[in-house]
Amino acid sequence: MAEIRGYRRPFWDTQPEYLFPHYLSTITRAPSKPLVIIPQTLSEVTAPIFGYDEIGGIDNDLTRQHDGQPIGGRMVVSGRVIDENGKAVRGALVEMWQANAAGRYRHEVDRHDAPLDPNFTGAGRVLTDDDGRYRFMTIKPGSYPWRNHNNAWRPAHLHFSIFGIGLPQRLVTQMYFPGDPLLEYDPMYHCVPDEKARRRLVSAFDWENAMPEFALAYRFDIVLRGREETPMQNVMSGLEQGE
Amino acid sequence: MSLLATSNQTVGPYVHIGFAKLYRDDLAGGSGAGERVHLTGRIVDGDGKPMSDGIVEIWQADGNGRYAHPESSGSASEFKGFGRVPTDRDGRFRFTTIKPGRVPVPGGALQAPHISVMIFSRGLLRHLSTRMYFPDEPSNAQDPILRLVPKDRRATLIATRGGEGLEWNVVLQGADETVFFDF
Repeated sequence: MAEIRGYRRPFWDTQPEYLFPHYLSTITRAPSKPLVIIPQTLSEVTAPIFGYDEIGGIDNDLTRQHDGQPIGGRMVVSGRVIDENGKAVRGALVEMWQANAAGRYRHEVDRHDAPLDPNFTGAGRVLTDDDGRYRFMTIKPGSYPWRNHNNAWRPAHLHFSIFGIGLPQRLVTQMYFPGDPLLEYDPMYHCVPDEKARRRLVSAFDWENAMPEFALAYRFDIVLRGREETPMQNVMSGLEQGE
Repeated sequence: MSLLATSNQTVGPYVHIGFAKLYRDDLAGGSGAGERVHLTGRIVDGDGKPMSDGIVEIWQADGNGRYAHPESSGSASEFKGFGRVPTDRDGRFRFTTIKPGRVPVPGGALQAPHISVMIFSRGLLRHLSTRMYFPDEPSNAQDPILRLVPKDRRATLIATRGGEGLEWNVVLQGADETVFFDF
């Protein structure tokens, strides 16, 4: 078969390790043995590709999924999905979920004493266009307490899940809001060692995309792992050293 | 241009809100030619407790070893190869699929039939990646990826035959920890 152009490994300190004890749930779920590093074969450089038959026409508008309007400040969240080489990732499936304006999720295990909003489910999805662009219309989520430590509060955030064109591009992340004072106290945010990488999880206030008299806007660009410029030369030699 | 990839963050405990729309436990449907397989498994954490709030995604080739992807050569089938399910209260997951064919590596050698698996949950700051291989499969012995795994841990990647089909359990942490990959 043809040669394979692999995906570059992540830059040091830009991705979290599995174990981050300040986030207590990692203590029993993080692997304790080293991961086994494997070369990227066709099984790794491919990934599921989604189409419009799987996405509803207004799935990217979380304010129009019920009879009434959800409570909360409307906002447009948009950006581009590109790779580390600056190339647009077209047709990427972007899934997004979030709490309502009171900081409550429509989920059976969320016990936070804050009201559910009958007009808000809190989930959307969209495929990126030819320039890698995506756009959601939603409401700004509230902060909410959790039980990780005393006086623990999650900063307001949106959850994003992205499928690129290969498994190395599979990404789940969270988008935060500029100026949120809770970021400094949040172990989820701080699990990323590199400060510059952390800051890239914070969206930008997006005056230009605000809709006058209707909605504010935030911009969040998402970068997926990029491909090496040349095909991997050492795939087979790496494999043959296995035993 | 040289940008850096966005950092991963945990899916958290409420991932089901976002992922439910694309749950798929039956990959075989009416289309995929090949041996039909019922796959079940259970995920436990380092304390042996079931991971009851996770998501399992699988990705695999069709019965002829072809992925539904433009970089995979060969004739297309209707088999899409993607599955996603939540784990239940007991940490269990179930898929119905077909046994994939063998997928080549550069140079022409063939891999043993396998399914790529990704696990997402609260407490995982990025998802876990692993593979499930099939029991009684002679090609496992020559599989170039399995050969990179220490011999005494290879069994963690190979399903066993159970009452309803194949069974493959995942241990997140500890002495019997499943092998997870980095690629």
